[in-house]
Amino acid sequence: MDSYEFLLYLGVMAGVTYLVRAVPFVLVKNKIENKYVRSFLGYIPYAVLAAMTIPGVFYSTRYFLSAVCGFVTAVLLAYFGKSLITVALSASLAVFVSGIVIDCF
Amino acid sequence: MIKKGIRDGIPIGLGYFSVSFSFGILAVSNGFEWWEALLVSMANLTSAGQYAGITVMAAAGGLVEMAVSQFVINLRYALMSLSLSQKADRKFRGIYRLILGFGITDEIFAVAMNTGKEIKRSYFFGLIIAPYIGWTLGTLTGAVCGNIMPSVICDALGIALYGMFIAIIVPAAKKNRAVLFVAAVSAAISCMFYYIPVFDKISSGFAIIICAVMASALGAALFPGREAD
Repeated sequence: MDSYEFLLYLGVMAGVTYLVRAVPFVLVKNKIENKYVRSFLGYIPYAVLAAMTIPGVFYSTRYFLSAVCGFVTAVLLAYFGKSLITVALSASLAVFVSGIVIDCF
Repeated sequence: MIKKGIRDGIPIGLGYFSVSFSFGILAVSNGFEWWEALLVSMANLTSAGQYAGITVMAAAGGLVEMAVSQFVINLRYALMSLSLSQKADRKFRGIYRLILGFGITDEIFAVAMNTGKEIKRSYFFGLIIAPYIGWTLGTLTGAVCGNIMPSVICDALGIALYGMFIAIIVPAAKKNRAVLFVAAVSAAISCMFYYIPVFDKISSGFAIIICAVMASALGAALFPGREAD
């Protein structure tokens, strides 16, 4: 992908992202009443994140096994209500340590 | 008010630094230049959308795919922006909303909604500053250092972004069975796209869209009104 093409894609990407944020903020003054639409919109973020995480997370590191270690660490810490940064960095640490252990064998 | 906003934004900024660091590494390892990764972060300020965006670019997907995937993935911001519009005070309107609307993210939204009865424009402006700096600097550092760092470290930080996704899904799913159901359905469909050879032709950007729309529609049909329990 050359620079011109990159900027074209970036423009579309940033433009859509901006409009999705700003348009409702500027224009909409009333609350959406339809409960199905509200629910659909409310579920979207979790569905998106779940689809992006599984199974992608298991192939995000050199070893499948160390990715599993990172994943389990993240799920456990998140379950016990740790902050975003704690969960993210602990998962990294788990991948780091297990990666070195696997390298040793 | 602006000072209070800046102060409240600092923890978000620190968190963003580490997550965007991993985005920077990811972008460079996908063949992007460091300045391209930086521009993506400066112009978008969003994790999931950027991740999907560089996936589409790296796979040379179409512009329509880019637009639709960004629209669907970032649709949650429309919902947040709706809620914010109900809570912004009298002077926070028009041009201010047009400009500051750029700064709506999951974390900034959550903190803003947590403070008092009405949201002042000066507060919201202050709140955006640290996260924006953290997001930008983190991407730059990750993209530049990603080239010279040992692969063991890049490897480990590459999972940080997924860690953040997990940190958003799991507590919500723990509290709310409907969210758990929707996330599980979406993950199951996603695995289907990944492992069943017939679906090879479908790009990962569209796969995410299909997973999200199907799972959320099913969730809305089965559990209407339970998304915010």
